Amino acid sequence: MVNMIIASLIDGLLLGFVYGVAAMGLTLIFGVMDVINLSHGPIIALGMFGMYLIYNAVGLNPYLIILLVAIMGLLMGIVIYLIAVQRVINAPHLSSLLATFAVNMIIIGIGTAIFTTSPRNVEFSLGSVQIGPVTLLGTRVAAALIAMVVTAGLYLFLYRTRPGKYIRAVTNNRSAAELVGVPSDRILALSFGLGSMLAALSGALIATFFPFTILSGGAYELKSFVIAVLGGLGNPVGALFGGLILGVLEGIIPAFMEASWVPVIEFGLFVMILLFRPKGLFGAER
Amino acid sequence: MKVIQKYLGLIFALLVVIALAVYPLIDGKPATREVIFTVLRAIALASSLNIILGYTGYVSFGHIVYYGLGGYVGFYLITQQNWSLWPSMLVGGLSAGILAFLIGSAILRLRGAYFALATIGVNEAVRAFISNFDLFGGPTGLTMNFKVYKDYGGALEALEMVFYIMIGLTIAVVVISYLVKTSKFGLGLMAIRENEDAAEVIGVVAPRAKTWAYVISAIFPGIIGVLFFFKNGNVEPHLAFPLHSSIEFIVMVMLGGQGTVLGPIFGAAVYQRLRGMLLTSPIFGDIQLTVAGVILLLIILFAPAGVIGWIRKRYPVTRRFLQ
Repeated sequence: MVNMIIASLIDGLLLGFVYGVAAMGLTLIFGVMDVINLSHGPIIALGMFGMYLIYNAVGLNPYLIILLVAIMGLLMGIVIYLIAVQRVINAPHLSSLLATFAVNMIIIGIGTAIFTTSPRNVEFSLGSVQIGPVTLLGTRVAAALIAMVVTAGLYLFLYRTRPGKYIRAVTNNRSAAELVGVPSDRILALSFGLGSMLAALSGALIATFFPFTILSGGAYELKSFVIAVLGGLGNPVGALFGGLILGVLEGIIPAFMEASWVPVIEFGLFVMILLFRPKGLFGAER
Repeated sequence: MKVIQKYLGLIFALLVVIALAVYPLIDGKPATREVIFTVLRAIALASSLNIILGYTGYVSFGHIVYYGLGGYVGFYLITQQNWSLWPSMLVGGLSAGILAFLIGSAILRLRGAYFALATIGVNEAVRAFISNFDLFGGPTGLTMNFKVYKDYGGALEALEMVFYIMIGLTIAVVVISYLVKTSKFGLGLMAIRENEDAAEVIGVVAPRAKTWAYVISAIFPGIIGVLFFFKNGNVEPHLAFPLHSSIEFIVMVMLGGQGTVLGPIFGAAVYQRLRGMLLTSPIFGDIQLTVAGVILLLIILFAPAGVIGWIRKRYPVTRRFLQ
């Protein structure tokens, strides 16, 4: 029993890092422009398919493909921002929610027509490592490591580079940032691109160890909402911890009750946190 | 004459609904009746949603939860407790209203995006809970024995009756939507929509008004849920709580014009017909979702007030009958 719990705990933690990356994308966009990106799920799914298609066509090492997928995610996010979000950035919430949802419908519609909804998986394995009672899948360890590197990279970008500092300035106060000469429109586009990049990246990572369809993104989008709220909406570092909490919950709950209760607890917790700790578990820091 | 002028907005909206409802009676084909049934259902659900979304300005992304929960409760009473349709519909609507009261009292404190996220969370939590709830059949749901229809004179007669009930419910929702909009209560809601803090300063008791608006907008979806699943013959978690159709109803409200009585009617009718046409068309069948998405995006970006809102703004004279 104890061994099983330790094993599922570690498995959950590894997954949690990857979930955290997806949620960081969502929470970054919310923090910067107060937009809840409902096209998050389809972009995760496109990340998965990017990995699948390039791997099957070229046979490149999956961890190189992730770089390509990330770049495509970035460009895609900027395009979505320019077409759908820019015009409604100052409109009431409903407009931006629906605009991004329209993008969601467009992507899912085209995706379903091209790829159908049959499940795919990437035929790739890194073997596994046995440490005592725990078996670690190589792909999951690698994904968790990459997720950590990405998080560190994002942190350095936001705190050590000029565009990153601009992003934080716009997050704090857009009009004040404009007054001191920050090109806020370009920064908003960049932030949306970065958010999409993180979504596509996590999708590509998930594709290396789970089967998926074009509709799979929806489930991970919901997970991202839960994680982002756990960590505090708009707080990217909190999102990583939120991801770990969710991963651990998903690992441990099935040891005590049926796995189908996991979403009940997840979403119950989600609503409770929104009600009683809307700033997230880790305080109000942004 | 004065009375007619005063209620011109309501009369016009009701005429549209009645024209739709009478159409299959003239046509006489059962297939047309089925199409109009889904259109009426969409009108009633979109108009209900409009009370909290359009009048009060709170974006409920999981409103389908009340439809699903009411439907489940009523269906359980019909199939497991042998209740007849009428009291089951009543109890289904009431339980949706009670749930809305409890949840609304809690989550209506949240504003903007936080409220929208909470409604998604509520929908998913309830769906996941029902999937584990053995009394309601768990993940496989409940199925009705078709003998039940015998009490209503056979399956065909039951279907016909369901259609007439749907007409009645749709008219009731439209009347309530109009009454809310033109009442002092509705004025309070619209004040909340424009600026909640200012509304409180001038004496609107915002928490109470919001909660009641939320409850009103949940009761009819609950009743309609019972009716729909009675007609459908079975109920399953993914049929009862599709997050996707929650958003479709928002699209209908936006298409017609949020905050107007006629808008949701127009939006629901047009969206349902359009969807049907796209689904069956050889060119757009596969990408009907994409076409709907493009239309939605164009509305949001270029005509955020919706079709009715745009007409009202462009031709002020129409405001007398386009409420």
